[in-house]
Amino acid sequence: MAVQVRVPTILRTYTGGAKLVEGTGDTVAALFLDLDSRYDGLRGRLVTGDDGTELHRFVNIYINDEDVRFLGGLDAKLGDGDEVTILPAVAGGSADARV
Amino acid sequence: MLRIDRACYEAIVAHARRDHPDEACGVVAGPAGSDRPERFIAMENAERSPTFYRFDATEQLRVWREMDDRDEEPVVIYHSHTATEAYPSRTDISLAGEPGAHYVLASTREPDSTEFRSFRIVDGAVTEEPVEIV
Repeated sequence: MAVQVRVPTILRTYTGGAKLVEGTGDTVAALFLDLDSRYDGLRGRLVTGDDGTELHRFVNIYINDEDVRFLGGLDAKLGDGDEVTILPAVAGGSADARV
Repeated sequence: MLRIDRACYEAIVAHARRDHPDEACGVVAGPAGSDRPERFIAMENAERSPTFYRFDATEQLRVWREMDDRDEEPVVIYHSHTATEAYPSRTDISLAGEPGAHYVLASTREPDSTEFRSFRIVDGAVTEEPVEIV
């Protein structure tokens, strides 16, 4: 499955500055492995766990308009022509605040 | 330095006050590359928490797409601290994902004054910058 992937500013250091890249895979997990073969290190910013089986908590991945958390996470299925968007979550808060 | 117009400044403060004691969050978009925050967008705090904020993921995609379509970027990303000073916490620093943005912190811990400060957060390094309200 060939898909288009939108890469956020903060991760474009891995894609040589490219905002839109192509990848293949029938699931999000497979797509990330494919991307990592050309953009070394990118996958490490998107997944966590010893073998990278979990989506990073503070990264949002969308297939077309849908948050993959509602589609099975890394197991979410991709179809030809899908557009995948990567967005870092905008999050934070005073929990660890410097006082 | 952050230059922001009075209407956007007041909108941020009003949003922070309205959601107190929960943290409020949002962005001010501006033309890409301009460094001018012009379009105030209050965001939902999906966490509804006095110590944490997170943009609702679906709303974030919609707003980010809209900015893309209008050739805008998030010039300011703001949130409030409701019991502590307006300074980025370790959480804020480790999660800062927009290296080009001005991170604005508004503290509502004092009932009758709102501390309003702006920072750059790049690769874990925090730099405070002056704020000019125009």
